[in-house]
Amino acid sequence: MTYLAKPKFHHPDLPKNALGFTHRDYEGSISTLCAGCGHDSISSAVIQACFELNIEPHRLAKLSGIGCSSKTPDYFLGQSHGFNSVHGRMPSVLTGANLANKEMIYLGVSGDGDSASIGLGQFIHCIRRGVNMLYITENNGVYGLTKGQFSATADRGSKSKAGGTNNDSALDLVGMALQVGATFVARSFSGDKKQVVPLIMAGLSHPGPSFIDIISPCVAFNNHAGSTKSFDYVREHNEAVNRLDFMSPRAPITVEYEPGTVAAVTLHDGSELKLAKLHPDYDPYDRINAMTYMQNRAAAGEVVTGLIYMDPQARDMHAGLNTVDAPLNRLSEKELCPGSAALEKINASLR
Amino acid sequence: MPKGITASNDFVIKFANVNGSGSASANELFARAILRIGVPVATRNIFPSNIQGLPTWFEVRVSGKGWLGRRGGVDMMVAMNPQTWDKDVASIDAGGYLFYDSSKPMPESKFRADLNIIGMPLTEICNRTYSDPRQRQLFKNIIYVGALASLLNIDLAVIEQLIRDQYGAKQQLLDSNIKAVHMGHDYAEANLNGMCALDVVKSDGVGDRIFINGNDAAALGCVYGGATVAAWYPITPSTSVAEAFMKHCRKLRVDPDSKKNKFAIIQSEDEISAIGSVIGAGWNGARAFTATSGPGISLMQEFLGLAYFAEIPAVIFDVQRGGPSTGMPTRTQQADLLLCAYASHGDTKHVLLFPEDPRELFEMAAQSFDLAERLQTPIFVMEDLDIGMNDWLCKPLAWDDSRAYDRGKLMSADDLDSGKTFGRYLDVDGDAIPYRTLPGTHPTKGAYFTRGTSRDRFAKYSEEGAVYADNMQRLVRKFETAKKLVPAPVRRNAKEKTRYGVIYFGSTSAAMEEALAALETKGLHLDTLRLRAFPFSDDVIEFVNAHDQVFLIEQNRDAQMRMLLVNECAIDPARFISILHYDGAPITARFITGAIAERLNVNMKSKEAAE
Ligand SMILES: Cc1ncc(C[n+]2csc(CCOP(=O)(O)OP(=O)(O)O)c2C)c(N)n1
Ligand code: SF4
Ligand SMILES: [Mg+2]
Repeated sequence: MTYLAKPKFHHPDLPKNALGFTHRDYEGSISTLCAGCGHDSISSAVIQACFELNIEPHRLAKLSGIGCSSKTPDYFLGQSHGFNSVHGRMPSVLTGANLANKEMIYLGVSGDGDSASIGLGQFIHCIRRGVNMLYITENNGVYGLTKGQFSATADRGSKSKAGGTNNDSALDLVGMALQVGATFVARSFSGDKKQVVPLIMAGLSHPGPSFIDIISPCVAFNNHAGSTKSFDYVREHNEAVNRLDFMSPRAPITVEYEPGTVAAVTLHDGSELKLAKLHPDYDPYDRINAMTYMQNRAAAGEVVTGLIYMDPQARDMHAGLNTVDAPLNRLSEKELCPGSAALEKINASLR
Repeated sequence: MPKGITASNDFVIKFANVNGSGSASANELFARAILRIGVPVATRNIFPSNIQGLPTWFEVRVSGKGWLGRRGGVDMMVAMNPQTWDKDVASIDAGGYLFYDSSKPMPESKFRADLNIIGMPLTEICNRTYSDPRQRQLFKNIIYVGALASLLNIDLAVIEQLIRDQYGAKQQLLDSNIKAVHMGHDYAEANLNGMCALDVVKSDGVGDRIFINGNDAAALGCVYGGATVAAWYPITPSTSVAEAFMKHCRKLRVDPDSKKNKFAIIQSEDEISAIGSVIGAGWNGARAFTATSGPGISLMQEFLGLAYFAEIPAVIFDVQRGGPSTGMPTRTQQADLLLCAYASHGDTKHVLLFPEDPRELFEMAAQSFDLAERLQTPIFVMEDLDIGMNDWLCKPLAWDDSRAYDRGKLMSADDLDSGKTFGRYLDVDGDAIPYRTLPGTHPTKGAYFTRGTSRDRFAKYSEEGAVYADNMQRLVRKFETAKKLVPAPVRRNAKEKTRYGVIYFGSTSAAMEEALAALETKGLHLDTLRLRAFPFSDDVIEFVNAHDQVFLIEQNRDAQMRMLLVNECAIDPARFISILHYDGAPITARFITGAIAERLNVNMKSKEAAE
């Protein structure tokens, strides 16, 4: 594998966002993933979402674990700092980074192997700690990078490419995220860009722990008949509960709404979510109901997608820690060192 | 009664208690009273478990000469725990004293004829005075402190003052404690007079020194050194580092106007997560640390390699305890040296610091953040349980207000705008330390993708063998640079010219000082070198080469420091004679003196025979 530099050629007619950036400014190196890999669609959705959100690339930090999915941060946002850490441990690194500087936007990218097996503990704990981030799993039901072993999200009974059957029951990351306190939870499908992009935009803007599980088929090892994570299977069983559109105050986008009720939510930063209900009885503000609903629909063989839960009043880890407004990494000795007089008092108390 | 041990300002008194009975604060009160009289003490907690109801011991070595190592032996036992009675009685030196609660009659077989028995009906006195069971329990301890004051001739006014300092305005607590001390004192004056020939005599041996445990000092070092992020997972004996950091931050690091915290402490779900968060914070420019012990370091291995290779500052306090595996959690050792020096898979080497006492630990803790950022690598502060969890008499902590933090080689937005070349892994000035940028520094310049796999000098992905090797060689050169930045070893030459040297490090220092004095009185002279850091500077090699034989004192079984020295300095292993102590108790001067004298005398005798 080699590094492929992308030509930095800017076409004068490329559309610009409110900051004057083009799409190109949000791209990264050329992907080295298999042609047709679902993960590449997610990368382009991230690029689109950041472009539309008018994020300054350097104000975002992207972190990942290990896997094909975890390689993708190299393929978007080339002007953002990135950290490809170790297998299953991205959440702890992201937590530390967030502690150091709460002003930045944090995007964690992981896979189903990375998050549901080796990293399950870290996945759960960073969410329950309330880290302000968007955590995405690019979920293909297999370990792509190590050539197609079942992952813990593979459904019981699904077939491997080599013909084996998965006997273990599947782990549901969405259900876990709901249970441990994620305040924005969604599921989507890499093949449905129209659904993915606004969800990423909303997740990045949400001021608390956000999680999106994106089913992202592995064309090399898990796209055959008998797999429940193939493009065909997901298309057939996809049940979107709602359709989300996201409007940032600086770049309103006009969208056509599909039939159904539309609810608008204004967020803390003035941006607006428009939620078109596709299932009239589905209420994405009721966590307990969301959990029950997900369980019921999964039992019926549906892959429920859309915005599953959101708490517009979310608060993050720093609120609990009561940290100062300035990022901790910007404090100098003047703010941090109590000085010799204070130390003298401490000495006196120890005699 | 047998002839009792007679000693002034030079004895060991050991308290055998039941965990959770409130003895700890009474025992500390006793030790502090002796310090206030100007007589140095060295105290050690021996606690096989933290569980309430199990045995715990507190050893106070009173040493007018100021020896702070463990001495070994017991002159007086305050035997307050029936569970450990037999073992406690057996451990007293002949002619020593057994102070016990005589409320219940004991068969004669439970005593030893060569001891002086001092019985006091503590339970009876308490039951008579107090009706509340908890009070009966707590004040029993204070009462025996009063009695000991009488037996050892400690001025009661000093104890009263300490109680006043402690309780201040809490009048009720103050009065009841003072009353209890008097009660014990009065009883002993009336009934136990003349039964003990140990005494404490006013002296000026303490000066302005302070009494502090290492974990507390480490935490203060972190506050002074500018640490803002701590991520940790509880494990004895390191837990109190994080807890003390929290305590000091609440006093020293809360913004007075906004009442908000200039620190963030995370109790992680395990040590892997703790080091991950430290690395994330270090990557993002905050000074961050974790505190753990051997089992935690074992779990952190993969991340430590990542931090080494990705060149991320991190500070790790390893409060070493008995190993291996879950080991002896409440015993001390210096047995994680190799674990830390070469932590992780692949070719790695890490910087280790070896503090000798809490004062040096304070300094090294603060310095470790400068070193971590300057060298962009993990720094291990190698504490042990003996330093970490015991109060030590040491020089006051000092801070120079003009001291600025060394944030290392950081490239700013201005640097990038001025056209400076930024190569994340590029050595621009020969010290093999590259420049780094923090996330968010500049809108269009200086971003890079940090990874644990191969990359070139400009952080671009590369799997070329030559590119990988080039980087690995730079990391070796960076380790050379580290030699000049870490604390230098401390060399002391003997009064007389000698062919023998001693190398030691960490908490062995106190026992070593005393052993050297004892050896000198036997006419055995040795030059000494106290190691303060790994990598070793050339002074270490020079020292070894300047002596025929070098004793290497370590508190582990496998002579781990010797392995490091032989390996890193290409020294002939035959030059070293290892003196190893690893039963979990702190090393003593008696042990070192005996081991060295035996070998030197044998050496000298065989030489004489040959001549
Ligand atoms: C400690 C450790 N164990 C094993 C591996 C090997 N490994 C690399 S990626 C991976 C699985 C990745 O699966 P997933 O997160 O689902 O990513 P995908 O490739 O499917 O996108 C494994 C087991 C590793 N890198 N580190
Ligand atoms: S192996 Fe699968 S997951 Fe990995 S790049 Fe290829 S298609 Fe994508
Ligand atoms: Mg996968």
